[in-house]
Amino acid sequence: MSNTLKTQLAFSVIALLLIIIGLVQSWNVSLGILNLCLISAVMALGVNMQWGYAGLLNVGVMGFAALGGMSAVLVSQAPVAEAWQASWGRLLIAALCFAATIAASIICYRILAAGRNRNLALALVIIGGLALTRFFFDPAVTAIESIEPAKTGFLGGMGLPIIFSWGFGGIVAAGIAWCIGKVALGLRADYLAIATLGISEIILAVLKNEDWLTRGVKNVTGLSRPVPYEIDLQTTTWFIDFIRWWHSGALGVLNEAEQPPALKQFVIDGSSIFVKLCYTGLFAGVLVVILLLSVKALNSPWGRMMRAIRDNEIAAGAMGKDVTRRHLQIFIIGSAVIGVAGAMLTTLDGQFTPTSYQPLRFTFLIWVMVIVGGSGNNMGSVLGGFLIWLVWIEAEPIGVWLMAFGTGWLDESNVIRIHLIENAQHMRLFFMGLVLLLVLRFSPGGILPEVVRKQGS
Amino acid sequence: MSFLSGENMVGGYGGADILKGCSIDVNEGEIAVIVGPNGAGKSTAMRALLGMLDLKQGSVQFRGKDISSLSPQDRIAKGIAFVPQTSNVFTSMTVFENLEMGAFLRNDDISETVEQIYELFPILAEKKDQLAGELSGGQRQQVAVGRALMSQPAVLMLDEPTAGVSPIVMDELFDRILEVRQTGVAILMVEQNARQALDIADQGFVLVIGENRHTDTGAALLADPEVRRSFLGG
Amino acid sequence: MEAITDFVSAIVLLLNFIVVPGLSYGSQLALGALGITLVFGILRFANFAHGDTMAFGTMMTILVTWWLQSKGINLGPLPTALLALPAGIAATILLLVVTDKTVYRYYRHSKAVPVTFMIASMGVMFMTNGIVRFVIGPNDQRFLDGERFIVSARNFKSMTGLSEGLSIKVSQGLTIVVAIVLVALLFWFLQKTRTGKAMRAYSDNEDLALLSGVDPDRVVLVTWIITAILATIAGTLYGLDKSFKPFTYLQLLLPMFAAAIVGGIGNPIGAIAGGYVIAFSEVMVTYAYKKVFVYLLPQSLEPQGLLQLLSTDYKFAVSFVILVLVLLVRPTGILRGKVL
Repeated sequence: MSNTLKTQLAFSVIALLLIIIGLVQSWNVSLGILNLCLISAVMALGVNMQWGYAGLLNVGVMGFAALGGMSAVLVSQAPVAEAWQASWGRLLIAALCFAATIAASIICYRILAAGRNRNLALALVIIGGLALTRFFFDPAVTAIESIEPAKTGFLGGMGLPIIFSWGFGGIVAAGIAWCIGKVALGLRADYLAIATLGISEIILAVLKNEDWLTRGVKNVTGLSRPVPYEIDLQTTTWFIDFIRWWHSGALGVLNEAEQPPALKQFVIDGSSIFVKLCYTGLFAGVLVVILLLSVKALNSPWGRMMRAIRDNEIAAGAMGKDVTRRHLQIFIIGSAVIGVAGAMLTTLDGQFTPTSYQPLRFTFLIWVMVIVGGSGNNMGSVLGGFLIWLVWIEAEPIGVWLMAFGTGWLDESNVIRIHLIENAQHMRLFFMGLVLLLVLRFSPGGILPEVVRKQGS
Repeated sequence: MSFLSGENMVGGYGGADILKGCSIDVNEGEIAVIVGPNGAGKSTAMRALLGMLDLKQGSVQFRGKDISSLSPQDRIAKGIAFVPQTSNVFTSMTVFENLEMGAFLRNDDISETVEQIYELFPILAEKKDQLAGELSGGQRQQVAVGRALMSQPAVLMLDEPTAGVSPIVMDELFDRILEVRQTGVAILMVEQNARQALDIADQGFVLVIGENRHTDTGAALLADPEVRRSFLGG
Repeated sequence: MEAITDFVSAIVLLLNFIVVPGLSYGSQLALGALGITLVFGILRFANFAHGDTMAFGTMMTILVTWWLQSKGINLGPLPTALLALPAGIAATILLLVVTDKTVYRYYRHSKAVPVTFMIASMGVMFMTNGIVRFVIGPNDQRFLDGERFIVSARNFKSMTGLSEGLSIKVSQGLTIVVAIVLVALLFWFLQKTRTGKAMRAYSDNEDLALLSGVDPDRVVLVTWIITAILATIAGTLYGLDKSFKPFTYLQLLLPMFAAAIVGGIGNPIGAIAGGYVIAFSEVMVTYAYKKVFVYLLPQSLEPQGLLQLLSTDYKFAVSFVILVLVLLVRPTGILRGKVL
């Protein structure tokens, strides 16, 4: 079967599944899943750039997604003026000290000859510099966090529309990716994997503990939205008129007394679906733009070179390609895409909760998407993102249902039955692992394998 | 009747055929040397005898039996030992442990063989508790040959044993190889240093692009003007 | 006189808050890192499922412990879990051997690249994690019984008359003793037995080991068995010392990898050294030294702050920073392992 046909078929199946969910469960659920599918697809595209194009194993997806989430806070929240007032002087000095420390250590590294003396000098400069920085920084943090800790207790953000955070999240993720890439990309795949695993844990630790920056585990809730609020829609005339027109058939058969409450219910339901559709539009827009760009990039000379490097690093290096530099580029770009998706996710949630970032959900699940969808194939990653997210979400009710059905012969109060039903949700991890292993073994290219162009075409 | 022989071997590592119908054989208590220009398939021919590549045609006989279908491990168990050109010692193990690993398939007492090896390569007795990775290139080659001899093989195959060692060490190694022959082991060896190798060889094979070009005794090949001109640099 | 008491008190403080916890945590990490390094040395891939293997082994041990406890069987002052360990180990061996037969063997025989093994190990990680959560749930489980302390802080104070107490938990003492015994056994096995030597040879030079007649399937099987033993014991000791929660075992992956790499991956001694380096760094960097200096310095020089280099929440950062430093300065690790 050709890839195009498979693509069409696969996406038709997904559309069908979403429609079935819409009919059986509700359209609200269906659209909710679709929105997360879109975000997952963007994340999977990012990972696919790193792994599929360049063979880089990034096991720190969670960290980059969380950076995107942080950006949503930093962009959209209003700045906390008092906190700035109480701390800006010390913050400025601390920032200068920090910059000076970095500059001094770079100078140290450049001027002194390699050896014990340089290591000693570097250690002294760094420890001394950090101590000095903290001398100014710690009181500043205390000052910031003491201002209305129950409500703010952090510096706040820039007070811009949250949609800007999608770009900002990409930039922040790219910046951190540059730092990691500089250190870990010269080494082999295994080290990069472990290094990225580490950095993502550190990013999470920072987000959870630096209250002055993100309020830490106190969370930031009530983020602004790029789309209307349901409650506003419900009182907007054009929207009510629209709903009345949409449901005119159903409303027409009711008598006058029944109409207003029925309409109200329709408006409430409709507003929530309308909001979700707005998100769907925005996310789909981002996905399409990134997808088009990556398809274009993959088929450009740059993309061909990337794949040449992936397939034979040594030969490409011998041909004068700067392998590490190319790897750094793609690592940064891929991480930026993950950052964008992370910001989108936090925007959709409307809140930033650092504890919600779990490696199994944010790193390894995305990997399953890429591998199952087809590494190296952009459409494959999108498909993987849709399919795996759907399965991930629906596996829970189906698992519970299966367990209930399978243990139907046991008594309602049977301990084993209760345990099985209660813990059925965890079986989806098992199931995901199984899917990953089966695809890896029997169809290593994924559902939509990479299209290998024949020479001369 | 030759001891180990490969006849009319054709094959390669999956791509184009490297061996295009070459025949190699070695007799009991003799030294056979394979020489030839780079890319002639010398090492490949040896690996074919050991079963490390699939032959499309031809057969390998050992002690009059066809062993073409046996795996390398099975051939080793039958009494063929092989010393690869590179990475031929366990660098993180002591010299003695290297020798022990050579006798891995034996279940009898190995101390006597170890003594024989120490007699043959006295330096190994001296350094027996040192890590093989810490030895010099020539010493490592001795460990490698010693390890191979520990299985008490009937045929010892050496892939360029003198690659990368100094001329003095090379002479010493060749002397040792002659001593090994005295013990009745058949030796098959691939060599870059064709002149010196043919000098100690009973039988010589000159391979060119996967085929036998000249086959004769070592002395005769050294005397052959064409061989001298083409392969020995005059 | 008072100066001496103060000095001793400072030492006791350091012993109590750095040396004892560092030793026991280090032993747990070392045993975990040994499993990672063995798998790397023999099968040549970084095993992401190792943390969950530990969780699985610990879970099985816990289940058997509960069963024993319900039957009224215990070990007196020692935790009942010790009695349940063999069963836990057996189950884990079964798990790993089945995983190898169904997952890794195929890639080994088709000579797949290490990255494929790594991704496969992620799949295994998912499945094991799913099983653990399904059976025992995602929450904290306590299974420690018997005596709690070898030396309790109160007894120590009344014995010595010092104002600082030193406490050594049974689980800590047990961890250190078991780790020493286990490591000694492992080294005896690797250095002295035929199979152990075959494993070392295989890890050192696979082709030459095959040429010497080493059976690769047997070496791999033994490796998984040893890994299962180490992982179950390490996990159980960690669970006794802290508590059992599936998620924390996943998080142990990073310090364990760091320990294995810092020591020189593929090198068993390196894994042990790495375990202690990581553990002591974590404990030392996150300890607040104020009290120590209060004892040591005259009153006028008493420090103001807590003198804590990093908050305990950043202990992952410590292992990571050490890891990065070692990768930059000496990629083969302190004790020269393989370069990945």
